[in-house]
Amino acid sequence: MRIFEKRIPLLETSAAWLLAILWLSPLLYAFWAAFHPAALATHFDPLSPLTLANFEKAWTYAPFARHFVNTVMLVTMILSAQLVLCTLAAFAFARFDFAGRDIAFGLVLVQLMIMPEVLIVENYRTMSRLGLVDTILGIGLPYMASAFGIFLLRQTFKTIPRELEDAARVEGCSMLGVLWRVYVPLARPTYLAYALVSVSYHWNNFLWPLIVTNSVNTRPLTVGLAIFGAPESGVDWAVISAGTIMAVAPLLVAFLLFQRQFMQSFMQAGIK
Amino acid sequence: MRPSRFVGLANYAALGDDPIFWQVLDNNFWFALGTIPTSIALAMLMALWVNDRLPARALVRMAYFTPTILPMIAVANIWLFFYTPQIGLLDQLGSLFGVASHNWLGEPQTVMGCLIAMTIWKEAGFFMIFYLAALQSLPPELEEAAKIEGASRWYFFWRVTFPLLMPTTLFVLVNATINSFKLVDHLFILTKGGPDNASNLLLYYIYQVAFSFFDTAYAATLTVVLLLLLATLALVQFQLIEKRVHYR
Repeated sequence: MRIFEKRIPLLETSAAWLLAILWLSPLLYAFWAAFHPAALATHFDPLSPLTLANFEKAWTYAPFARHFVNTVMLVTMILSAQLVLCTLAAFAFARFDFAGRDIAFGLVLVQLMIMPEVLIVENYRTMSRLGLVDTILGIGLPYMASAFGIFLLRQTFKTIPRELEDAARVEGCSMLGVLWRVYVPLARPTYLAYALVSVSYHWNNFLWPLIVTNSVNTRPLTVGLAIFGAPESGVDWAVISAGTIMAVAPLLVAFLLFQRQFMQSFMQAGIK
Repeated sequence: MRPSRFVGLANYAALGDDPIFWQVLDNNFWFALGTIPTSIALAMLMALWVNDRLPARALVRMAYFTPTILPMIAVANIWLFFYTPQIGLLDQLGSLFGVASHNWLGEPQTVMGCLIAMTIWKEAGFFMIFYLAALQSLPPELEEAAKIEGASRWYFFWRVTFPLLMPTTLFVLVNATINSFKLVDHLFILTKGGPDNASNLLLYYIYQVAFSFFDTAYAATLTVVLLLLLATLALVQFQLIEKRVHYR
């Protein structure tokens, strides 16, 4: 009986490992192709020479530097706007009584259910009316008043004891001072989780940026990568792999360094 | 821009006469059916393994979760090569066993299967973390009691763990269904909805109608259909969350 029970976990361990290798293999394969000469990219000879030529080619074939700058600008702009707007809105929803508060919060919840991806057609019309097509602001604007951010921060603010706020008020702190000195510092873990999710989401976002941009000066990495990787572009496989690796590298490195934090943040975002 | 003109329900009537719309809905249904049960089952299995005392557990967990943080576009770039006829990995593996080369993405019979396989790979690790959290909140006394009673692992899973994970499964199920309408980025690289709309999905079709055929009115009509579908799912999700509160 004992022996029988021990044998199953061993089998399962191998299965778990096999699945893990299978799960990593597409990424490992992309690394293999990116670091080997194009002619050898499809032959798995462990002795084939390593090269960085694919990265050089990818960097010159497509304006990767520009795409990187655009993505970094986009992600920073969205996150800073989100932090300011969501903090203020969440504070108002959590701690103030005002006419129509419940209706307004209901509208925020509706936005939580409808992802902006679905509204590409309407959002494009709005952006063209505002004259923001093909600007980085145009890519970011639909995401700035993030319902998820408002919801998450409101939940956090509500758990902060009122006594802390009252104590600060007695000491002569203004309402904004209370927000800045009491609420924001105590909600730091929530901010971190939210920032990770927001940055990963917008680093990886594709459909909306594709629609609203049409020049090199505004296209983020994902859109650049899609144009670069399209079969029509005629670029060979090793170079596409190198470009793909470059585009995912920053996020991948961050994930490898802060795995636990990433997984927890993604989970919070999923549960809401 | 032309001035708006009220057309009543004409745009909605057009839905009925549009065979592509029905084909796309049908595709979306098969895409959902192909991805959801398998990725949920895999996610549960992954979570059970990673939650156990597995050698190099952190590494395995990392391997399962990594696809989640990669952009769909990058993922599609990599998988495109697997499916490429002759030089692609799939055909190379096939040739070892004497299987003839196949145009995986070019044939209506196989294209959906290719998309489904890639999506399962992308999603399973994400769903895993919800099961992992649920498993870690289960009281350890349950397993001890089962051990004393001499219950097998298999029996313990089906009679204790699986039912206790049910709220998580329902939650993941709704999220997976929403995702099956939302995930279309890979189509831009892999198939562009083809061949002959065999892999076209609703959101991608909306994109095509609006930005390739420039029929904004019809695209808006299709958007309303998608919104209705998602609103229904959101209502279901809301009910589930209400229920989950009662569990506690």
